[in-house]
Amino acid sequence: MLRALKSFGAFWYDFVVGDDWHVAAIVVFALAVTALLTHAAGVNAWWLLPLAAFAALAWSLRRATSGKS
Amino acid sequence: MTAALPLVLTVFVACAVEAVEALTIVLAAGLTREWRSTFQGMAAALLVLAAIVAVLGPTITLLPLTALRLVVGALLAIFGLQWLRKAILRAAGYKALHDEASAYLREVAAAKAAPVSPRRGVGDWYAFTLSFKGVLLEGLEVVFIVITFGANQHNLGAAVVGAAIAVVVVTVTGIVVRAPLAKVPENAMKFAVGIMLTSFGTFWGAEGAGVRWPGGDAALLVIVPVVAAVSLSYAAWLRRAHQLGGVASASQPQTTWSETEGVTS
Repeated sequence: MLRALKSFGAFWYDFVVGDDWHVAAIVVFALAVTALLTHAAGVNAWWLLPLAAFAALAWSLRRATSGKS
Repeated sequence: MTAALPLVLTVFVACAVEAVEALTIVLAAGLTREWRSTFQGMAAALLVLAAIVAVLGPTITLLPLTALRLVVGALLAIFGLQWLRKAILRAAGYKALHDEASAYLREVAAAKAAPVSPRRGVGDWYAFTLSFKGVLLEGLEVVFIVITFGANQHNLGAAVVGAAIAVVVVTVTGIVVRAPLAKVPENAMKFAVGIMLTSFGTFWGAEGAGVRWPGGDAALLVIVPVVAAVSLSYAAWLRRAHQLGGVASASQPQTTWSETEGVTS
């Protein structure tokens, strides 16, 4: 039962998060900061998520091509 | 209908890529084992996928739009960046291109080696499970895209139409050529889907976080080309780095990603 649950979780982790969890972490963090800036500071931070996505992709590609992930 | 065209096209391309990969597995099972069990496996997987869409589709549309856009946007952006990452690594030569012909040969070799064993009313259990798993796993990505895009645009029907057209087109082509569709430009299609998923995910995710995009929905007309331009420039930059690295170490054997990772979808 535990093994089945583990493999079920591993499947969905691999399905959604994929090869590099850093990308998912950066996207979630950027969304949280965007929400904070928009709601708490009144800044319409539309630019933050695209910049974070490009940075995450560049970083992940660099890690992949240098064999770090 | 015109407003739903980008939705239908995005789902169509994403679904076509996955359908090509599923077709390779189904053909390997059917041509080397037995068609009846293969079709049973395929039908069972399609039923499971249809049930997931039927249950999750209407349920997810009940969520408040802001929460839906935040969650779905985050998932789509993560999913899209994952597709883009693989497509860029393949385009730059760091990862082997997905080759349907060699994938087919591997599946055929494994199918020929496995013994025939009837189980649970199925003549050939190996053909059934091979076909079932292939269609289900490739189909899950399509279901994810259909539900997220359809729910966010309140047009699940258009998303299902895009997916259905892709499945029909790939199936008919597969029946006509009776071989894996090796000439389909899979990486270019995956690149395009990655760009669309990342763009829509970024747009919806930021909206869900409370952002008002300059120009409203028209911002997508800027986001999509910008994501495409940045991704293509990353691919060009890595390709150049890979070629320079190859020239520099031409005298020594070098282990590349394509060798260490093998061919994965």
